[in-house]
Amino acid sequence: MRRVATILLVAIALILFLANGLAPYPYSRQFRDSPNAPASSHFLLGTDALGRDRFSRMLYGGRTSLVFAPAAALVAGVLALLMGLAAGCLGRTAERLVTAMADMCLSLPWLFALLAVRALLPLNASVSATILVTFILLGLLGWAGPCRILLAAVKRHRSSDFVLFARASGCPGWRVAAVHVVPNLLPLAMAQFLVTVPLFLLAEANLGLLGLGIPEPVPSLGGMLRELENLPGAIARPWMFVPALLLFTVVTCFHLLVSADKYHV
Amino acid sequence: MKTLGLFLLGLLGPGCLHAQWGGELRLCLYSEPRTLNPALAEDNNAETIRYLTGGVLLRVNRVSQQLDPELATSWKIADGGKTIVFRLRQGITFSDGTPFSADDVAYTMQVLLDPNVHAPVGDTFQIGSGVPKAVVRGPNEIAVMFGAPVGGVARLFDQVAIMSRRSPLKERAVLGPFQIADHKPGSYIRLARNPNYWKTDRGKRLPYLDSIRLEIQQNRELELLHFRRGQVHLISSLNPDQFEQLSAEDRTSVKDAGPTLEAELLWFNLNRSAPIESYRKAWFQSRNFRLAVSHAIHRDDLSRVVYHGHAQPGVGPFSQANLFWFNQSLKPHAFDLDAARRLLAADGFHLDGRSLADRDGHPVEFSLLTNAGNTARERIAAMLQEDLATLGIRLNIVTLDFPSLIERITKSFRYEACLLGSTNVDLDPNGQMNVWLSSSANHQWNPNQPKPETLWEAEIDRLMRLQASTLDANRRKTLFNRVQQVVWDEAPFLYLVNKNALVAVSHSLRNVEPSALRPYVLWNVDRLWIDQSK
Repeated sequence: MRRVATILLVAIALILFLANGLAPYPYSRQFRDSPNAPASSHFLLGTDALGRDRFSRMLYGGRTSLVFAPAAALVAGVLALLMGLAAGCLGRTAERLVTAMADMCLSLPWLFALLAVRALLPLNASVSATILVTFILLGLLGWAGPCRILLAAVKRHRSSDFVLFARASGCPGWRVAAVHVVPNLLPLAMAQFLVTVPLFLLAEANLGLLGLGIPEPVPSLGGMLRELENLPGAIARPWMFVPALLLFTVVTCFHLLVSADKYHV
Repeated sequence: MKTLGLFLLGLLGPGCLHAQWGGELRLCLYSEPRTLNPALAEDNNAETIRYLTGGVLLRVNRVSQQLDPELATSWKIADGGKTIVFRLRQGITFSDGTPFSADDVAYTMQVLLDPNVHAPVGDTFQIGSGVPKAVVRGPNEIAVMFGAPVGGVARLFDQVAIMSRRSPLKERAVLGPFQIADHKPGSYIRLARNPNYWKTDRGKRLPYLDSIRLEIQQNRELELLHFRRGQVHLISSLNPDQFEQLSAEDRTSVKDAGPTLEAELLWFNLNRSAPIESYRKAWFQSRNFRLAVSHAIHRDDLSRVVYHGHAQPGVGPFSQANLFWFNQSLKPHAFDLDAARRLLAADGFHLDGRSLADRDGHPVEFSLLTNAGNTARERIAAMLQEDLATLGIRLNIVTLDFPSLIERITKSFRYEACLLGSTNVDLDPNGQMNVWLSSSANHQWNPNQPKPETLWEAEIDRLMRLQASTLDANRRKTLFNRVQQVVWDEAPFLYLVNKNALVAVSHSLRNVEPSALRPYVLWNVDRLWIDQSK
């Protein structure tokens, strides 16, 4: 299953990254005489309410989501790893401090934090800056969960024989962490990364549903899912579900990779 | 027209002849009313409850837009327009049996005008100098006196629900067709018929309905689902997508009641102390720039694409829905890119490659603020973005949650342009004094001016004050026509579209005559009845 998921993800990524060549129209072009057009040879997935080609928007939107969600997951993963290491290796005070910070972060209503930061952004911030800030913030808010898991692993490794042996041999603390602990944490960190990617994809979709996702006219999978709010209308036009299907496939592939990865961990 | 005729025949025709008593009307409110006290009603939901339960001296007929006598049998303007005298209907009692008299009207006015109560309706009476006074001249006669002549004063009483001075139930004793029977916050409000309601049909007291159940339901899709299942009888405000869907399923269950008084509009921040770059302020202060932007907007496309044709291009403060006050000589700013380019060139704007630049070479780019989650508004913004791109203007759309947006446009003024909607409940221009007077906090583009900063704002101030104290309706109309002309010429607000009132009504509900004015289908609620055979 891991191989199938990998192949699917690579294929999807390839298609999405070739959006410039594959998309029949610019994602923002409005065909105002054809709003809500059905799927046809002109518009493979029909058009949205403003007459924009849904297929082109899905390619560009998928690319945006697939670039930024892993990036946010990477930010969250690296932060979780550093904090987990610091808490596990720098003594009890550091551990208490990091645990308290993680608890606070987990109890924070992240949606309101995002709203607040979005409200503070400069008005003429470029679209790419807005996207970047949104995902960085998602990444910064997403470190706490993985950090707790990684901290537990650090503590386990810290009391293991090979770490005791290294310390008894006079190995300094930073070297123990860098050479003996981190390599053993990497598979777990990788699994956490794979778990958080779909979480961030879905978080962006949720923000999109609230109208606070990626700003117009840039498409994203989350923004495209807003069309499905009107479910009876969408059922009558089943091609509107294709972006949701793409999101579902990507998320499922990531979950399959995690499941397979558990065996490795 | 044929469809309209069939609709009215189907819904009105048989209803008027064989009305049946009984039954419960069910519909949805989109949020919990902030108050059930009629004196404090401010939001739409509270106003709906006030309309359904409150008895008023005069009512603006939502179809003819003329004043109908209700608790007052007659009224006259006296003392050169400073006084209005009402002759009251006799033998009427509140829902709890307490007799109604002029003393109750005086008490109501006293509550509304009490500065400690902060009654929103009371604010509309604060015209001219001094506080209005209500003087009882007998059990069935009362005079309300103002410090200065007030034009169109009678219409103000459409929103004054009379409360009882003596009833132990206080504001829960009502004179309208229904009274509040049950309220489960966040879930529903049930209104029961007022057994003492004064209107009758064939010797029997109205309303026909026994009760109204108002479900608190924020989700518009669920409301539509309930309507499809027959669990609610009507939807007063469909969005265009829902209207098209229902229309495709059953054309006779929906009706486009025509343009409302609600407008979608855009304005630039003209506040000179706003924390934005001075060169941007200079663009926005330029009449030519504002008009050029207006001419680049394809309003017909907005109506057709965003509202599926169920909207009209916006012209000015009032839409065609306001039969008397709308200035018929004005047309929407035409979509005319050549005119827009000429206006921009006159101010030194020029193309620098594919983007527009001002006289000093600054690329023309500004942000447009709107509230997140309003699909129609977000679509309008996306269309404006493409329209303005044809002039080389880059528009950045910023969607914010509503509290953040309000903070920016009313307190910090950290915004450049804003896209929002305006709702007019009052047909009379006096209801818009708080928008047009330059000293007002709701003078959105540049509020709270100590004195008018521009000549045209000074002219609007003068005209609005003059029409408010003029008694002759035609003279007032001439004055307000001029206000509309100045607004059209100077474009402080760019009126985009007036959306139509789209309603869905169950086949079992009779006597339905949807109005484009609030509360749409419910305006004649005392005469609605349910055909039990359906």
